[in-house]
Amino acid sequence: MFKSSRFPIYYKGHPRMFVKDKPIFWWALKWVHARFIIRELTSVPVAFYAIILILQIRALSLGPEAYANFTNWLKTPLSLSLHVISFLFVIYHSVTWFNLAPKAIVIRIGKNRIPGLVITGLNYVAWAIFSVAIAWLFLNLDNLM
Amino acid sequence: MVSKITLEVFRYRPDQETQPSFDSYEVPCEKDWVILDALNYIKDQIDGTLSYRWSCRMGVCGSCGMMVNGEPVLTCATFLNKFLPGPVKIEPLEHFPVVRDLIIEMSDFIGKLQKVKPWIVRKEEKSLEDGEYIQTPEQLGDYKQYSMCINCMLCYSACPVYGLEPEFVGPAVIALAQRYNLDSRDQGKGEREEILSQDDGIWQCTFVGECSEVCPENVDPAGAIQRYKVAATNNWWKSLLMPWGKSE
Ligand code: SF4
Ligand code: FES
Repeated sequence: MFKSSRFPIYYKGHPRMFVKDKPIFWWALKWVHARFIIRELTSVPVAFYAIILILQIRALSLGPEAYANFTNWLKTPLSLSLHVISFLFVIYHSVTWFNLAPKAIVIRIGKNRIPGLVITGLNYVAWAIFSVAIAWLFLNLDNLM
Repeated sequence: MVSKITLEVFRYRPDQETQPSFDSYEVPCEKDWVILDALNYIKDQIDGTLSYRWSCRMGVCGSCGMMVNGEPVLTCATFLNKFLPGPVKIEPLEHFPVVRDLIIEMSDFIGKLQKVKPWIVRKEEKSLEDGEYIQTPEQLGDYKQYSMCINCMLCYSACPVYGLEPEFVGPAVIALAQRYNLDSRDQGKGEREEILSQDDGIWQCTFVGECSEVCPENVDPAGAIQRYKVAATNNWWKSLLMPWGKSE
């Protein structure tokens, strides 16, 4: 029957209203809801990457030996598979994010609104440029120093 | 011969039962009938105890929203023959408590709507001699889309976040707040920010986008929320970098 915890304000005068229970797997019944839950879950791999980065910096501060241990761990099958899975999730997170950008950003030139595709496109271009720049920086770090 | 179609209608009679059930009704499937016509047929010809809301029958009043085969729609704007050979499942709007049959309790929505002051707020009214508040077509264009909302609450039924967190202010209320925020005559942005920028405001939204999919008036509440997120973030940075400046 009526769940007072869900809608406390209704409960007072109307104890006989009906509120549907949500089954645990409610989100699996409709693709849009499943998509929503998958996207919420992508926050876990994003956090995973952040933690790895923090641990890596910590290992660096503990000296060469600790750092070597850490990079060895990174090469283990467990770490590699975690990274592959996280990578896919993070890509999904980013792609859905960029596709939504035109909804959030409204840019006008004169009286005309810039079409959504252009905004999405610019986001992807910026993404590619930044990725290439960062990759280049890391691959050439030895030469630069 | 007119074909027939079966409607499986959600029934809940709190004075007689504690659990809802479904009643099946066979109705003629006339070519030009919408779902609401079929419900009216049931009420007039088969079972006068069926309760539901409707008024305008032309997609204006926003009172006839129901779940039809699991999707929130205006029943006066959804043709019946689309669902042949049937059956069609009719349920009350999702995520709201049910008072009886297809009638939901909407005071949660109305209460939230009032909180964001959906009217033009002026710090100081212009005197009559100063004439009217002039607005250009472009300025009108900024908010016109959001002003089309008919308060049908389909977007609340479509929103999984609202389903999980009933405290969430929700799509239409935010779109309507934006309708006034973006109006060149309005000065109430700051007052609405308290409600919109709190935890149960815009930040609950994880951009599922379903609200905009189901909206019968193309209000695009999802777009309104994301635009407000950008504006709120800009304001936050501004207040951080220039604490002496006043936010509007
Ligand atoms: S935003 Fe659209 S779906 Fe939501 S209440 Fe307004 S008209 Fe209905
Ligand atoms: S009856 Fe008014 S919108 Fe359907």
